[in-house]
Amino acid sequence: MRHSFFGGIHPDDGKRLAAASPITPLAAPDQVVIPMSMHIGAACTPTVKKGDEVLLGQVIGRSEKAVSAVIHASVSGTVAAVEPRLHPNGQTVMAVVIDNDHLDRMDESVRSHSEEVEKDPDCLLELIKENGIVGMGGATFPAHVKISSALGKVDTFIVNAAECEPYITSDHRTLLEHPEEVLAGIRYVRKLLKLPKAVLAVEGNKQDAIAVLRDKLKGTSDIELLVCRVRYPQGAEKQLIQTVTGRQVPPGGLPADVKCIVMNAFTCYTICRMVRTGLPSVERVVTVSGPGIANPSNFLCRVGTPVKVLVEAAGGFLGEADKLIMGGPMMGSAIFSQEVPILKGTNGVLAFHSEQNRAKEFPACIRCGRCVAACPMHLQPLYIYACERKGDVPGLKKLNATDCIECGSCAYSCPGRLQLVQSLRNAKALIKKTS
Amino acid sequence: MDTEKKENLLSISASPHIRTGEDTRSIMLDVLIALIPALVVAAWMFGLRAILNTVLSVLGCLFFEWGYRKLLKKPDSTGDLSAAVTGVLLAYTLPVSIPWWILLIGDAFAIILVKQLFGGIGKNFMNPALAARAFLFSWPVAMTRWVAPLSYRSFFNPNLADAVTSATPLAALKGGALPQGLTLLQDFLGQVGGSMGEVSAFALLLGGCYLLVRKVISPRIPLAFLLTVAVLTFLFPKGNPRLSWMLWQLCSGGVMLGAIFMATDYTTSPVNPRAQIVFGVGCGALTVFIRYFGSYAEGVSYAILIMNAAVWLLDKALPNKRFGTVKEKKEAGKA
Repeated sequence: MRHSFFGGIHPDDGKRLAAASPITPLAAPDQVVIPMSMHIGAACTPTVKKGDEVLLGQVIGRSEKAVSAVIHASVSGTVAAVEPRLHPNGQTVMAVVIDNDHLDRMDESVRSHSEEVEKDPDCLLELIKENGIVGMGGATFPAHVKISSALGKVDTFIVNAAECEPYITSDHRTLLEHPEEVLAGIRYVRKLLKLPKAVLAVEGNKQDAIAVLRDKLKGTSDIELLVCRVRYPQGAEKQLIQTVTGRQVPPGGLPADVKCIVMNAFTCYTICRMVRTGLPSVERVVTVSGPGIANPSNFLCRVGTPVKVLVEAAGGFLGEADKLIMGGPMMGSAIFSQEVPILKGTNGVLAFHSEQNRAKEFPACIRCGRCVAACPMHLQPLYIYACERKGDVPGLKKLNATDCIECGSCAYSCPGRLQLVQSLRNAKALIKKTS
Repeated sequence: MDTEKKENLLSISASPHIRTGEDTRSIMLDVLIALIPALVVAAWMFGLRAILNTVLSVLGCLFFEWGYRKLLKKPDSTGDLSAAVTGVLLAYTLPVSIPWWILLIGDAFAIILVKQLFGGIGKNFMNPALAARAFLFSWPVAMTRWVAPLSYRSFFNPNLADAVTSATPLAALKGGALPQGLTLLQDFLGQVGGSMGEVSAFALLLGGCYLLVRKVISPRIPLAFLLTVAVLTFLFPKGNPRLSWMLWQLCSGGVMLGAIFMATDYTTSPVNPRAQIVFGVGCGALTVFIRYFGSYAEGVSYAILIMNAAVWLLDKALPNKRFGTVKEKKEAGKA
């Protein structure tokens, strides 16, 4: 453990619930709903219409904009509808609905690219773009944009397998069960970046996976395994860069500003699968867990599978589930409908009881300073909260509210139960509105 | 559909969706627990009256907090126990012989004027207990009637009219000499005259350790406070042996209660780490300054009150360095 970051928290990680459950492939559902916006950037335009026959891996949406990611059919069958559907973010978003024929007829583009990539590592960039690969740790930034903006500008390639969000074990299980593919994916990207070495950062709470990776990495030197301190948000991009290199990404800057590129381990796994089998980003491992789930599990499921199907496959709710979360409990978003689909970046579906919420009717700041001590971005959330309440935009700017990464460490540790993240988001919106 | 019924029950909110179990109430409960050793010593030294004073003060503070908020139709906040902490702290800073009506006036002053008029918990800019103590010096005779330790007739007799009064170690220190007829150990353990909760440095340190272990307070303010007092008194011993002068200064009066329980009051201390250290140093320096040059023998409460007024400024002046503005070179070299 070389460096670390300021602040952070150490919540009960709850990973024991699902950590021992092997990745189970889930049968594709009768119908998938594939939103045209599963990534950061421009939404795609559907390239199919109602009644069209589609094949598994066929392109069903793309955009001409630079920052976007191609979208593929995750099953074969007939397009049942192209219409706005409920998105996990709470809005309705244009989506392609496909009735599954359960035949998994593959599109002709789905073929191995191993030889091409072996001959010319540079062609991988185009493949990543065409196969719609995005950052699968949850940020869903298009991978080809990230890589091409980093080409030649970075000296450190960090693979993020910290998985610091409590309860989530999808990356953990992937490392444990498919270490070879993850490492191969890392090597593909490393060659593309023309870097001699990659750093694979894993939090120290995944000892079994670490042992497996150590074993696989014996005798090689192009991937360095870095075991990090177990502390949330270790896997936040800026904090991970700080841990690995000691560098701090400047305010408003990108990892490339400090010569770093960070990619999620599951993204590397997906890239490896894509190179070897040609399968685009249509599948992912999702942890279904939390105190409100009967049998916490890890599933390999198709993008577009309704959350309902996963919850049922995990034995349904345990007790009176109060909240359903897509993503981790720290940064994920609460969803109010089980009809919403799994997206490319969905690493978990968690159910919680009302006890875990611990909200208060009358939150009150006692100025304990725990938010300041917990903020890995060196902010003063309590003062930002006060300024946001007053609508004091100059004050918010002075307090660097826009630096917030919304990791939730402040709100987690607040004994007065202030909704600090909500306030920070609003503060950022206020600043944006006035500038 | 069956699932639809279930869906209606799902609630949504902004992240994060989990929170620490620690809340205002549990923190205040920890502070109350940490104050117990000092009460045990006070009861031993001054009899049942010490406990009765504390209980009365707590009830007084809770009553005024409840009554004020009831009258103004604000949600009740007595459940967070912060008023109870104020009650205990105020009782501790007074002589055990304090008339009960004065104690209750102090409670009312602390809760209504200092705390609630500014908006309640987290909003006041002065420590309620210390501000009330300062106000109660309107009755100077009652405030300085020090009862000698272990001079009560019987433990259960709260009537202290015939108790022996005594000089406090602070009075001797004020005169520039080490107290006569007392050992440093007695002073450390609490067998001296003085404010009932302040006499035992040992009991207060015990409580302080509990707060540190429970991470209720950080060591920054208390350490900065105590070290500043230690260094200054060691450097300027007024012609006495340096080490004993320093230890007497540290163990007498309100230094321990102030450094561990008063200066660390969340609401009236800075939140930024560097500001906390300056705050602690300021408290320590002002304490020594007032003890040396002021007209009162004790300077702790005024030192903290003065620093309370500087909290806003300190927090503004000494925030953490903005992330990403620190140059990398120093760190990267170690890799």
